[in-house]
Amino acid sequence: MLIKGRVWKFGDNIDTDIIIPAKYLAMTDPKSLGEHCMEPLSPSFHEKVSPGDIIVSGSNFGCGSSREHAPIAISALGIPLVIAKSFARIFYRNAFNKGLALLEADIADSIDGGEEIEIDLSSGVIRWRDMEVTAKPIPPFMVELINEGGLINYLKKQLEE
Amino acid sequence: MGMTITEKILASHAGKDFVEPGEIIDAQIDLALANDITAPLSLEEFEKVGAKGVFDPDKVVLVMDHFTPNKDILSAENCKKIREFAAAHRITHFYEGGNCGIEHALLPEQGLVVAGDLVIGADSHTCTYGALGAFATGMGSTDLTYGMVKGRIWFKVPESIKFHCYGKWPKWVTGKDLILHIIGMIGVDGALYAAMEFDGEAVSALSMDSRFTIANMAIEAGGKNGIFKVDGKTVTYMNAHSKKPYKVFESDPDARYRQVFEVDASKIELNVACPSLPSNVKSVRELGDVAIDQVVIGSCTNGRIDDLQTAAKILEGNKVSGGIRCIIIPATPRIYRQAMREGYFDIFLDAGCVISPPTCGPCLGGHMGILAKGERAVATTNRNFIGRMGHPQSEVYLAGPAVAAASAIKGRIAHPEEI
Repeated sequence: MLIKGRVWKFGDNIDTDIIIPAKYLAMTDPKSLGEHCMEPLSPSFHEKVSPGDIIVSGSNFGCGSSREHAPIAISALGIPLVIAKSFARIFYRNAFNKGLALLEADIADSIDGGEEIEIDLSSGVIRWRDMEVTAKPIPPFMVELINEGGLINYLKKQLEE
Repeated sequence: MGMTITEKILASHAGKDFVEPGEIIDAQIDLALANDITAPLSLEEFEKVGAKGVFDPDKVVLVMDHFTPNKDILSAENCKKIREFAAAHRITHFYEGGNCGIEHALLPEQGLVVAGDLVIGADSHTCTYGALGAFATGMGSTDLTYGMVKGRIWFKVPESIKFHCYGKWPKWVTGKDLILHIIGMIGVDGALYAAMEFDGEAVSALSMDSRFTIANMAIEAGGKNGIFKVDGKTVTYMNAHSKKPYKVFESDPDARYRQVFEVDASKIELNVACPSLPSNVKSVRELGDVAIDQVVIGSCTNGRIDDLQTAAKILEGNKVSGGIRCIIIPATPRIYRQAMREGYFDIFLDAGCVISPPTCGPCLGGHMGILAKGERAVATTNRNFIGRMGHPQSEVYLAGPAVAAASAIKGRIAHPEEI
């Protein structure tokens, strides 16, 4: 699967309070959550970003709380993928459970915000300008889970059997 | 090949004799926890899959502690939904109102977690229960739904990092100062995906309350869990709070660790994590003059009786500095009552503090003590991210209760020896 999009760049340790501040956590509706995504760093992020855009970040993206509102808010803006040097553990599981793709690659220092980027999700190859980097492979167990349609579909199938 | 305490608990719950780091296992869980902000998403998934019930109504815990007493209509609607779910599925452990406390202080106190347990919670600070020699870790709402329905969930066995602590503790220094020291040393992703195991004579000397504080903040170093060896203090605590049978696991002498850190407790000072990362740690003495607007003493990190006792000792006979709000939040009704009986409430009220009902409230910028633009707080909580307690241009300094209380009196970040 090929994804092409424009880059929004963030730094290291982008925590869940930045991705979606806790004061909005009584909301569960994706659209409303999306409207406050990245608000502490970029108050009108939801207006500037276009569906298909991609977040590129440094290390430990998604650190902090277990709130699943974080990947929901990102996905609600039509962002299909986050590329980061590394991800916090709980965010990593949550994103896959919510259908937000994540790739681990250390490219934040070599790309600028606004640049066009192309990603082959199946091979993990990332291309921009004349650069090409292959992301760390998604763990085989996660791939299996994705092929089952995600954790919730996997559970549904089990309950129907 | 030996195993760590974390590996042994995971192996026993996966029905295996041996597990190793990196292995994916399917393990039985002893308890599944959610709160008023994570349960609503979990219940949506529960409905989507068409589940008929939870795996065991005695092993699902729902705690309405974050935005309670309900801060707005949305929060009230969420609690209503969860309350109805709890009634429909006959959930034994539903906490709201008078029996409710901050989840990670409440569950051990109610005896719901004991040594050897495997606990998952839709809250990142679920790792707190590692203080009891249990494996406990935070997950999202969807994983929690799976666990709540199946009574099992997948885990990747983590590598372990050992923190061997020796030496005598200096006066006033507690578990909060140790864990801030460690996070400052290894960084907010220094233990990413790993188990943080604490042992040594200095750890044995710590109270259970201090151990809960340390395990609580394992997530702030990226850790999957924090864990302690079971000793006499753990057993005394469990006997006093629980009737559940417990099982003691111990790391083998030849267990493998990714890293082993030697920590000299006698060299640890009273620490503060400056904005806006828990790893931005400085000792109070090297900090200089930092004026503050608010002090918060509470949370799942430091809202226990030891913490309130320390704060009371320092605040006794003193006044909160003019213009400063000092908010005290006993973490559970039992702690609340004990603090009242010990006379701490009189001390706090005489000093000019506000006493709040148990709630997570201000820690995550929910309610009950939000900061305005440009304001600065000292808090005994666990995170000081940008805008964590209010306006994106407000600041949070994390500290233990001794520094927080001293700071309330001085109106700036202060050492208790100054009082």
